[in-house]
Amino acid sequence: MTPVSVPCRKRWTASKTNGQNTGYTGFPPWVFALAAAGGLFVLLPLAAMVARINWGQFIPLITSESSLTALGLSLRTSAAGTVLCIVFGVPLAFVLARASFPGQRLLRAFVLLPLVLPPVVGGIALLYTFGRQGLLGRTLELAGMQIAFSTTAVVLAQTFVALPFLVVSLEGALRTAGIKYEAVAATLGAHPTTVLRRVSIPLVLPGIASGSVLSFARCLGEFGATLTFAGSLQGVTRTLPLEIYLQRETDADAAVALSLLLVAVAVAVVGLSRPRPRPLAEEAESE
Amino acid sequence: MTLDFNASLRARNFNVAFTMEATETVAVLGPNGAGKSTLLGILAGLIRPDSGNAMLGRKRLFKLDGGTNHFLPPHTRGTALLAQEPLLFPHMSVLENVAFGPRAAGANRSKALQTARHWLTEVEAAGFADRRPGQLSGGQAQRVAIARALATDPELLLLDEPMAALDIHAAPMLRRLLKRVLSNRRAIIITHDVLDALVLADRAIVLEGGRITEEGPTRRVLEKPRSKFAAGLAGMNLLPGTITGYGLTSDGGLDITAHPEDGAVPGQNGVAVFSPTAVSVFPSAKHGSPRNSFAVNITELEPQGDQIRVHAGGLSADITPAASADLGLMPGMTVYFVIKATAIAVYPA
Repeated sequence: MTPVSVPCRKRWTASKTNGQNTGYTGFPPWVFALAAAGGLFVLLPLAAMVARINWGQFIPLITSESSLTALGLSLRTSAAGTVLCIVFGVPLAFVLARASFPGQRLLRAFVLLPLVLPPVVGGIALLYTFGRQGLLGRTLELAGMQIAFSTTAVVLAQTFVALPFLVVSLEGALRTAGIKYEAVAATLGAHPTTVLRRVSIPLVLPGIASGSVLSFARCLGEFGATLTFAGSLQGVTRTLPLEIYLQRETDADAAVALSLLLVAVAVAVVGLSRPRPRPLAEEAESE
Repeated sequence: MTLDFNASLRARNFNVAFTMEATETVAVLGPNGAGKSTLLGILAGLIRPDSGNAMLGRKRLFKLDGGTNHFLPPHTRGTALLAQEPLLFPHMSVLENVAFGPRAAGANRSKALQTARHWLTEVEAAGFADRRPGQLSGGQAQRVAIARALATDPELLLLDEPMAALDIHAAPMLRRLLKRVLSNRRAIIITHDVLDALVLADRAIVLEGGRITEEGPTRRVLEKPRSKFAAGLAGMNLLPGTITGYGLTSDGGLDITAHPEDGAVPGQNGVAVFSPTAVSVFPSAKHGSPRNSFAVNITELEPQGDQIRVHAGGLSADITPAASADLGLMPGMTVYFVIKATAIAVYPA
């Protein structure tokens, strides 16, 4: 939620406060039934997986050297990927939400493409860009940089698939916020860079935070593009999802245990860092 | 140090030119969509006109005439904007909000905070310097917004209906405050309130359809309005028509007897203006033939202070509730509006 001024709320509608809905919901009861089915569809497979876990071996399985290496690599590369998403995604979101120029719709379509593209295809595309024989790869190799099948490649693959998550969520927040505050700041004498630093970014910080969390989660789960573009070298490019896929061939118990670990990490990241919407109006009224 | 402004913007059918002195406050009046906010937006640098030229003192705000393409960005203009909503930055404290302008102008932190405290005291808001904007009432927040605008020491202060969003208890205090801080300062204030225009502004400009339709000292514009909008604003009856030897013949065909003034010449276009309180209401044509007696159909009755305002035939009359009850007035009835010739002013328009 973006902290914009909230107009007076009409008293005769029930407000949803503290997660408790008291009164009129605005939809028929059968919507609850379909919602419950949807929730089950997500929960049931997770429960099935948990049911298959060999609890006796659980701790040794997830603390094995290869598992910890993969987990560490996943966390490091996902963090780096998220930073890249912020560095490039925040400017992209601003340009898409607030500027207007020819080709803007096309740019948005391309930025969002990784959302619908099979990750394997993304991996192939990256390979033909940064690989040894790729578009930029040859130049980079002359400069002494080899990207494909390195940890850098993992980060690039993750950034490629995760970038749209940050751009989409932030673009929405920016549109909702509007540019009223920015206009006022400019008439108060603030240079555009000052406006961006002291007004725009602080105002959409919740949007940047939630976008970053989504991007991190997507980085953490990246598989197809990583395998294609970075390969599966232990300690270098074999992230947790790749490790799980590999273990599944030989040791189903290990794969299931690692899967639960990945789910736990993802849930922890998303759950802990999700900004809770603050009811600004009520805060003002209580004073 | 005058402001010399002319600009046109086709997309909004806007074409306005005016000048103002260094310490003048000008009220901009006009119906919705007349281009009032466009005017402020162009002055502040938030809207780019198609063509025009504006000088604020020795600073050229813009010059767009096909050949030159000069347009100063908002932050270099010295034209602080105060909107209907206070728009205090919600992530900063009240004090930080007011210090924002001085900081942006390059003052160091302690100097900026000092300036901010001074202006907060000036608007009687020093007590909530450490609060968040979300913890202020509408009137308090607007006072802080005024302090924030003044802290930048603007060469031109732009006020876009600063009191429209306030409740009626907060408005009088803010009006007094503005009266104090706007003296000896150049400001343009958009308002829908006659009182604001009279109290705060030296001069009034009436904008209609993107053009200035009337301009002059506030009191004159409101007492002797030439445009329909200004007349409606002042609650006056206004009948445009042609000036005659004894008064005016309205475009609607009413023959009005009055005392033409201001050198009105028969045959010229003119307006007849009279206050609703000068209108008497009779149930039938009155004997003794007063010269201004018009049969009209009542369209609406509405309370107006402790009077009842009778709307009929495009005119209005203020009478006491008792008189209204005696006459048994109701919409649809035909009554006679009678006005003394001495109560009607006719002047060229």
